[in-house]
Amino acid sequence: MLAYLARRLIQTIPILLAVAGVIFILFSVIPGSFASSLGDDGKAVLDADVMARMNRELGLSDPLHVRFARYVGQLAQFDLGSSFRTRQPVTGVIAERLWPSAQLAIASMLFAIVVGVPLGFLAAMRPGSLLDSVSMVAAVSGLSLPKFWLGLMLMYLFALKLGWFPSFGYGDGGLKHLVLPAVALGVSPLALLARTTRASVLEIMNADFVRTARSKGMSESRVVRWHLTRNALVIVLTTVGLQFGSVIGQAVVVEKLFSWPGLGSLLVDSVSLRDIPVVQGCILTIVLIFLVINLVVDVLCAMIDPRIKYT
Amino acid sequence: MSEPLLAVENLRIDLTIGGVHHAAVKDVSFTIGRGETFGLVGESGCGKSVTALALIGLLRPPLSVGAGAIRFKGHDLAQIGADDMRRLRGASVSMIFQEPMTALNPLSPVGRQIAEMFVLHKGATWVEAEKRAVEALASVRVPAPDRRAKDYPHQLSGGMRQRVMIAIALACGPDLLLADEPTTALDVTVQAEILELIRDLSAARGTAVLMISHDLGLIANMCARVGVMYAGRLVEEREAEDVFRDPAHPYTAGLIASLPLLGARARHGRARLQEIEGVVPSVTAFPAGCRFNPRCAERLERCAADDPAETALAAGGRVRCWRHG
Amino acid sequence: MKFRANLWIGGALFATVVAAGALAPWLAHTDPVMDANLMNAELPPGAEFWFGADGQGRDIYSRVLYGARISLTVGVLSQLINTVIGVALGMSAGYWGGWWDDVVSGLTNMMLAIPSLVFALAIMAILSPGLTSLLIALGLTNWSYTCRLSRASTLSLKNLGYVQAARILGYGDLRIMLTQILPNILGPIIVIGTLGMGGAVLAEAALSFLGLGIRPPFPSWGSMLSDARDQITTAPWVSVFPGLAIFVTVLGLNLLGDGLRDILDPQSEARAR
Repeated sequence: MLAYLARRLIQTIPILLAVAGVIFILFSVIPGSFASSLGDDGKAVLDADVMARMNRELGLSDPLHVRFARYVGQLAQFDLGSSFRTRQPVTGVIAERLWPSAQLAIASMLFAIVVGVPLGFLAAMRPGSLLDSVSMVAAVSGLSLPKFWLGLMLMYLFALKLGWFPSFGYGDGGLKHLVLPAVALGVSPLALLARTTRASVLEIMNADFVRTARSKGMSESRVVRWHLTRNALVIVLTTVGLQFGSVIGQAVVVEKLFSWPGLGSLLVDSVSLRDIPVVQGCILTIVLIFLVINLVVDVLCAMIDPRIKYT
Repeated sequence: MSEPLLAVENLRIDLTIGGVHHAAVKDVSFTIGRGETFGLVGESGCGKSVTALALIGLLRPPLSVGAGAIRFKGHDLAQIGADDMRRLRGASVSMIFQEPMTALNPLSPVGRQIAEMFVLHKGATWVEAEKRAVEALASVRVPAPDRRAKDYPHQLSGGMRQRVMIAIALACGPDLLLADEPTTALDVTVQAEILELIRDLSAARGTAVLMISHDLGLIANMCARVGVMYAGRLVEEREAEDVFRDPAHPYTAGLIASLPLLGARARHGRARLQEIEGVVPSVTAFPAGCRFNPRCAERLERCAADDPAETALAAGGRVRCWRHG
Repeated sequence: MKFRANLWIGGALFATVVAAGALAPWLAHTDPVMDANLMNAELPPGAEFWFGADGQGRDIYSRVLYGARISLTVGVLSQLINTVIGVALGMSAGYWGGWWDDVVSGLTNMMLAIPSLVFALAIMAILSPGLTSLLIALGLTNWSYTCRLSRASTLSLKNLGYVQAARILGYGDLRIMLTQILPNILGPIIVIGTLGMGGAVLAEAALSFLGLGIRPPFPSWGSMLSDARDQITTAPWVSVFPGLAIFVTVLGLNLLGDGLRDILDPQSEARAR
């Protein structure tokens, strides 16, 4: 298991480096110098003197490979530079946003898992039934809903009309403010989990080893408990891992809509303000989180499925 | 003769497609005595595996038992309730499948998969059951059974996995073992070991075996009596020796003629292998009359019109052919 | 399911949206951008304004119709770019193997690690908002599934007899890829492409909603919604209809993709996306 973990960790590092490289190139080569794009609409709003000084200060006049080497060196020390706007270190700015983002992502994934997995399971137990048809129609609809629109509708209904939940903001960090954004964000992973769970349970129920289990004289409930759950869990876990990435991506819109003080709204604001170091930092952080989650999921899967370690 | 262990009477198995029933298996009757090994032979798709699944109550839609009786130890398995059938499964009737690669749960150690049998049918605790699973592994001649019990299926060879399947099937001392092409997926060298294992263990424990195969040689080796199936019908049922010496049904004769005989070339010079013309009809398009008639070399006029009934042969056994009717 | 309800319903929904966009000049009541009249601001749905009027008194029904043009253009074109990139990279990597395969696989793994909306956002950060930028941002960031699939299928196809035969006959690599391999992997690629179009429509709406895609006053469903947020208390219909339009479009594409998968790629039922 340790060897497997080590191997997966080593596979992760080049991906992270590649992402850093692409982001670096994206922001340093294509648009020319950062300082010139420091305005709304991409128009230079600073006079030449200021630009020259910023270029010097930020080291933007050095050759590209020197800058990339310096950049990677700083990354290795968790130094993401400082914000163009506020001059605060990016690491600190991002650290403040991590907890709210984590809260939202975890809450929405929990919502998706707690509802989606049992739903998909029940649907698979009675294929073709009313429950199956209704939940699968609901699932494809859930996948088609724009999250921010769903959020807007939830906000209108449950916050403005019914007054059950606050309409936006983080409040004091309590659960009340979390509910609506988490639901808006959780609906599409929920739908996908329901579909994946259903498909994998159906497939397993038709597998040869389940027929063997039945031939042993096992009741259907024991077949499910002894043979189906673990096999389905591997597939569900993998989906959860992949969906986490999508949730972190989609959180950008939902956080912005609900004025949630997370990484996503920080990213959007920084993009609008063209605060490039913060944008870079946000993306790297998001990628890092995504890779870590997938690593954890892979290790969990390897603990359940003995075949994974050997492939 | 005392009452046989299993008596299948006029069994029909329906394949239901779009509300239409097609008789995948029709009017099949045979008996198996206690401790007897009975062979069912035929090409793939002739209904032999489906028949076995019906005997253990594992037919799933679109397949179902349409008519007939399956008398086993005083029960009619065609009528019995689902819970009673479940209690018999594994304990009194058990089954070995063709594919040892996929028939075991990939995420569960093989010892535990054997142990389940003792927990299910003998009320053993898991600790006890795991101990007996190791003994069961030893009885199917798996070396170092205590270590192997902790292995997962992917760590074992095909032959080892089939041994595990046999250990599972025989764990609770069933009266009847259904072996559906148990060696087809295995290497030739391993096939003989597995067959020997099945023969030795069933003989030692008095277990009756229904051996299903497309391989006439294997059936001849293992079984005292043989049933030959073609397109969902039992066309001939006799002592194995008689079948091979003097096949009564043209289909059986064709099957035997298509076998390469070891040493035959040396004795009779080089001869072409005989083949049966045509292909097996599909379940939805069985021909009228005798189902074999379009391919039959000895066809009579009435064969295309009337379905032959079973006829008892003078030498013992039955055949379903107008040439004997 | 036997009737392939998803295929027909999905196709019908998508065809409706295409027709709405294509016929917008004839179906619309007013010009979507110019006909603002503050006298009509926030009028609820009624006989004159079927879907109501927005904050500047423009007819939401007309704007939703024209919005279909932008959504479909971005959705279809960006997904086409993705598909071409994905197929070209995946097929060539699978066919040639070697260092090129390593490069493409590395690139694919990297793309899979960056949530595509975040990547698109990053690209929009350095481009000015607008249609072309959207096409670039969305067209370059969602090809990894197509690439992985094309690579895997090419790997399994290239050693088959008929491809080997083409090689022995002296066909060029490019010709073999285009005439022998591509037709055989097209089914699943069309399925991924169709589902991807739905994703692209959603992403366009999201970026425009964030003010980074199509900018007001042009009628993109996403940008209409970004105005609507402030009016949700006084005029909820301003947000309802553009959102419904997105939903119907994406639902149509998703159903269509599912239906196509049943036909073109039957064995992939459990393949997780």
